[in-house]
Amino acid sequence: MKLVIGIVRPEKANDVLEALYRAEVRGVSMSRVQGHGGELDRVETYRGTTVKMELSEKVRFEIAVSDPFVQPTIDALCDGARTGEVGDGKIFVVPLERAVRIRTGEADEAAVTPVDGSAG
Amino acid sequence: MTTIAALLAPHVSPGDTAWMLVATALVLMMTPALGLFYGGLVRAKNALNTFMMSIAALGVVTLTWALIGYSLAFSHGIGFIGGFGNALLRGVTFTPRHGTDIPQLLFWAFEAAFCIVTAALVSGAVVERMRFGPFLIFMTLWSILVYPVLAHWVWGGGWLASHGTLDFAGGVPVEMGSGFSAFAAAIAVGPRRDYGRQALLPHNTVYALLGAGLLWFGWFGFNGGSGYTVGHPGVLAFTNTLLAPAATLVVWFALDAWRGRRATAIGAATAIIVGCVGITPAAGYVSPGWSILLGALAALPSYAVILWRPRTRLDETLDVLPAHGLAGLTGILFIGFFAQHSWNGVSNGLIYGHPGLLGWQALAALAGPAYAFTVTFVILRVMRVFMALRVDHRSEAIGMDVVQHGEEAYNTGEGAILLRAPAEGEFVANPR
Repeated sequence: MKLVIGIVRPEKANDVLEALYRAEVRGVSMSRVQGHGGELDRVETYRGTTVKMELSEKVRFEIAVSDPFVQPTIDALCDGARTGEVGDGKIFVVPLERAVRIRTGEADEAAVTPVDGSAG
Repeated sequence: MTTIAALLAPHVSPGDTAWMLVATALVLMMTPALGLFYGGLVRAKNALNTFMMSIAALGVVTLTWALIGYSLAFSHGIGFIGGFGNALLRGVTFTPRHGTDIPQLLFWAFEAAFCIVTAALVSGAVVERMRFGPFLIFMTLWSILVYPVLAHWVWGGGWLASHGTLDFAGGVPVEMGSGFSAFAAAIAVGPRRDYGRQALLPHNTVYALLGAGLLWFGWFGFNGGSGYTVGHPGVLAFTNTLLAPAATLVVWFALDAWRGRRATAIGAATAIIVGCVGITPAAGYVSPGWSILLGALAALPSYAVILWRPRTRLDETLDVLPAHGLAGLTGILFIGFFAQHSWNGVSNGLIYGHPGLLGWQALAALAGPAYAFTVTFVILRVMRVFMALRVDHRSEAIGMDVVQHGEEAYNTGEGAILLRAPAEGEFVANPR
């Protein structure tokens, strides 16, 4: 059981959701974050003030999956988010100690398995 | 009273002049109002660029109008197009404009505001992808080659006007002119990359409603001023501009409720525009009662096409064709049936015993769209030989505001590092 964290471009977030859906990965949370991963800096000018925007908008996916779904999830994130330009993002896979489904109290593997039983 | 009149040129009416000064300012406000309306309807990353396309018209089109546009529309010409008699503002002075009691200088400014907002309207077809520079070039050419010709046809003594076609405030040049030009521009520029693949939703519906409300407010100057007088045509047009959009709004609610059981805010904003557009050509020619019917009728074709268009590959992004082209066409044809001499002092329509008017209204409804579509398409196709009309896919994904203007509409300032030296270009390599 792993937590897969994917940080991607906001404009690719829909493509990632589509790819995850096709890989039958359900149970996703996403949040808007700001980050910097070595991409080109944007320069913006407001009247006399010129600034370099160090942080870019990113979208962070968090997906808890059972072990057989780790690779499909990573593949889906890569497929959906890749443009080939610097700044496409990163994927982090971290071990997950416990998971609990609040509604039923189910724990661990059962908690990260969707109700319809089809996928992690 | 006599002292004010004595200060003005002979035959200039102080009352008319006072109203037309106000009306001109009201029409000028419609352009930023349109920017707000359009800006709310696009995604957040393109809000500034979309707004800027309207703002740009205030600069570019005012100058082309002074340079040549006004002359091509309103100076003596050959029926198809005006001449060069008033080019570079020559002869545009305090003496009254022929057919009005206001100074030609004020007439020039009032008509300038029309050309400005019409050019801005066309931008709705190409937002979220067209490069800003080429758009300015397009706007320059369009405001010289398309709008003045259509305005000459119906207002400048052109072939439609001389045969009796009635167009009070711009069904041909403004509404069908912008709507069918937008249709052509959408084809010539092509759809947005994600069109039909992703849901591309309005980012601020409140802006859209506020923009539509301010447009309606400005429209009282637009229609109310198009009689160039505080007399009957002005009063009739002003009141009809209240009645017709009200009817459109109520019919739109009914259509929304029939289709989805809920009245929508974007629908309400659209209905206000459609109603104002529908009454524009007819405002000074039909009775207040018939203007209610016109407002109600105008909703139908526009509503149908707004539902159908997103199922096609035609990314006429902000629906200028249905909202302006079709509603304007409805209004132009409506005059042919319901114009009433006892209200307008000019002509009757079909149901009041003068069927001939309908024929010339129908011809205007064919010729106006055909000219606007064709010339706009040719302008953009010729431009495409010399320059890229749209940004590349990557820039489209990042958003037009950052790529085309180096600004963002909703900037938190987080991660912004002050640069002492002026930047070169839009992007610089990260020095680290």
